[in-house]
Amino acid sequence: MTTYETSTASAPDVKPVPPKRQDGGVLGKRRGLLVTMIIALLALAWLFPLLWALINSFREYEYTQANGYLSFGGWTTSNYEQAWSQGNFGRHMRNSLLITVPAVLLTLWLSSMVAFVLARFSYRFNLALLGVFLAANLLPPQALLIPVFRMFREIPLPMFMSDSGSMLNSFWALILVNTAFQLGFCTFVLSNYMKTLPYEIYESAELDGASVWRQYWQLTMPLVRPALAALATLQVTWVYNEFFWATVLIQQGNKLPVTSALNNLRGQFFTDTNLVAAGSIIVALPVLVVFFALQKQFVSGLTLGSTKG
Amino acid sequence: MTHIDEVSQSAKAAAPVQGWEKKLPTRDRATVIIMVTIPLLLVVLLVWLPAVLSVVLSFGKWNGFGDLDTIEWVGVQNYKDIVTIYPAFWPAVRHNLIWLGFLFIFPTILGMLLAVVLDREMKGSRVYQTAFYMPVVLSLALIGFIWQLFYSRDQGLINDVFGSQVDWYGDPDINLWAVLVATAWRHTGYIMLIYLAGLKGVDASLREAAAVDGASEVKTFFHVIFPVMRPINMVVIVIVVIESLRAFDLVWVINKGRNGLEVIGALVAQNVIGEATRYGFGSALAVIMMLISSIFITIYLRTVFREERSR
Repeated sequence: MTTYETSTASAPDVKPVPPKRQDGGVLGKRRGLLVTMIIALLALAWLFPLLWALINSFREYEYTQANGYLSFGGWTTSNYEQAWSQGNFGRHMRNSLLITVPAVLLTLWLSSMVAFVLARFSYRFNLALLGVFLAANLLPPQALLIPVFRMFREIPLPMFMSDSGSMLNSFWALILVNTAFQLGFCTFVLSNYMKTLPYEIYESAELDGASVWRQYWQLTMPLVRPALAALATLQVTWVYNEFFWATVLIQQGNKLPVTSALNNLRGQFFTDTNLVAAGSIIVALPVLVVFFALQKQFVSGLTLGSTKG
Repeated sequence: MTHIDEVSQSAKAAAPVQGWEKKLPTRDRATVIIMVTIPLLLVVLLVWLPAVLSVVLSFGKWNGFGDLDTIEWVGVQNYKDIVTIYPAFWPAVRHNLIWLGFLFIFPTILGMLLAVVLDREMKGSRVYQTAFYMPVVLSLALIGFIWQLFYSRDQGLINDVFGSQVDWYGDPDINLWAVLVATAWRHTGYIMLIYLAGLKGVDASLREAAAVDGASEVKTFFHVIFPVMRPINMVVIVIVVIESLRAFDLVWVINKGRNGLEVIGALVAQNVIGEATRYGFGSALAVIMMLISSIFITIYLRTVFREERSR
C-alpha cells in the first residue's frame, strides 16, 4: 500500500512532467535510442516462446517433419481438435473451473472478514493475527504435504460430495487448501486497503445503530470493490495455475485440473511437438484472456501486496 | 486506480481509536469472534497444525499405512540418514542453491534494470512492459511444457537451428540450466513489476534535480533511485529465496525431479507419492525446508510489521 499512497500523493499535486523527460530523461538522445532498441529486441525475445507455440500449433506435423520447423506452410487446425480430445481438455477445464471459482470466492470472503476486523478494531492481537496468516502464505507447501495428505485420507466424505469417499481425490480438498494458503496475502492487501477508508463512516454507522456485520457487509465491502476485483483477478490465475497440491492430492487422472493434467499430457504428446504447442495454447488461453481483459487489475493486485515492505 | 487514490487521500489520518471496541454489544462481539475464528481455524488446521505434525513425524519411521501406533520413533536418525546416505540430498541442495544464485544474478538484476529503464516515459513503455510480464500469468508447469518446443531433442527449435543433438531436458549435465532459463523467462517480468511499482515512489523532482546538477545516469541510479528501492530489495530477496526453495512444478512436469533435476521440494513429494512411502524421512526433508524458509519469513514479517507500526 505504501507505493499507492506515495504515488498518488505525487500524481495530482506535483507539477506536470517537464518535457525534458519525454525525450529520454537523464539519458542523452542517442543513448536513449540505443536503450530503446535493446529493450525492443528483448521484448520481442520475451514474446517469442508464446508466438512460436502459437505458430506451430497451427501447422501439420507431417509438414514440419518433412521441411523442418524453420519452414513456412502446412497450416491446419487439426492439432487443436486432436489435442482437445486426446488431452481430455473439456473434462480438465471443467475441473479447474469447479476448483477455481469456489476457492477464489471463499478466499475473498474469509479474508475480507479478517481484514475488516483488523482494520476496524485495534485489538492487541491484531499484529499476531496478521502474522499467522501471512507466514502461512509463505511456508513452502511441500513442508506440510505429509500431514495434510494423511489427514485428508482419513476424513470421509459422503459419496455425493466426492466419489472417492474421502477428502483425498476430491475437489473439496483442493478448494480448502488453496483457500488456506491464499488467505494471508488477501487479508494483508485488504486490511491495508480498508485502513484507508475514513473512520468517520463507522462512527456514523454506529450512531445509526448498524451492527458490526452490517458495517462489514453493507458499508465496507462495497467500498473495497476495486481491491476485491484486483485480488479476484490475481487469485483466479494463481489457483488456476496451482500445480503442487493438485498433483499430490488428486490421483484419479480424470479429476485433475488443467495445470496438473499437463504432467500426464507430456507423455502422451511427447512425440508430436505441434500437439504440445496446441495443448500449451489451450491451457494458456484462459489466463491470457484474463490477463488481457483485466491487465490493470492484475498488475495492481500484484503490486498492492508485493511491494509492501 | 482512481478509486484508490481518492480514498487514500481523504482518509490518511483516520486511525481506529484505542480502546473504543470495549463498548461492543454482545451480539457484535460474537460477530467479530466468528469473523476471525472461521478463517483462523482453516489456516491453523491446514497450515500450522500440519507444520507442527511434520516436525513430530520427522522423528519417526512410518510407512503411513498403519495407525499412528505403528510409528517407530527413531530420534534424529532420519536427519542423519539424509545428510549421510541419501544420495539425492546433496545434489538437491546444490541445485536449489544454483537455482537461487541464478535467479539473483540473471532475472532479478535484469528485471530491476528493465524497471528502471521502463519507468521513464519511454515511447511504448506500456507495450514493452506487457511483453515482459505476460509470462507471469502462466504456470511454471505450462512453461515447462512450452519450452519443450525449444528443448526437444528431435523436434526442438534449438537443435533444429544449430544442427545439434542435445537432449536439453534429459541430459543431467545441462537440464538444470535449461530449466533455469525457462524459469527466468517468467521471473524477470515478476521482478520488473515489483520494482516498477516501487519506483513510482521515487520523487520525479529528485531525479530531475540530479539531472540538472549534471549527475550521470549511473550516479543518479545509485544515489537517487537505489536508496528508494531499499525496502523493495528486501521483499525481492525474500521472494527469490522462497521461490527457489519451493522450486517444484517445472522439474516435476519434466521428470519428477530425477536425473539432474533433484530439488528438495521434489524429494519430499517422492517420499510420499512415489513407490516407497517413507513418511518420517519425507517429513525430515520437509522440516529442513521449513527451517530455511522460516528465517526468511521472519525477515519478511519484520519488514512488514515495522511499517505497520509506523503507520
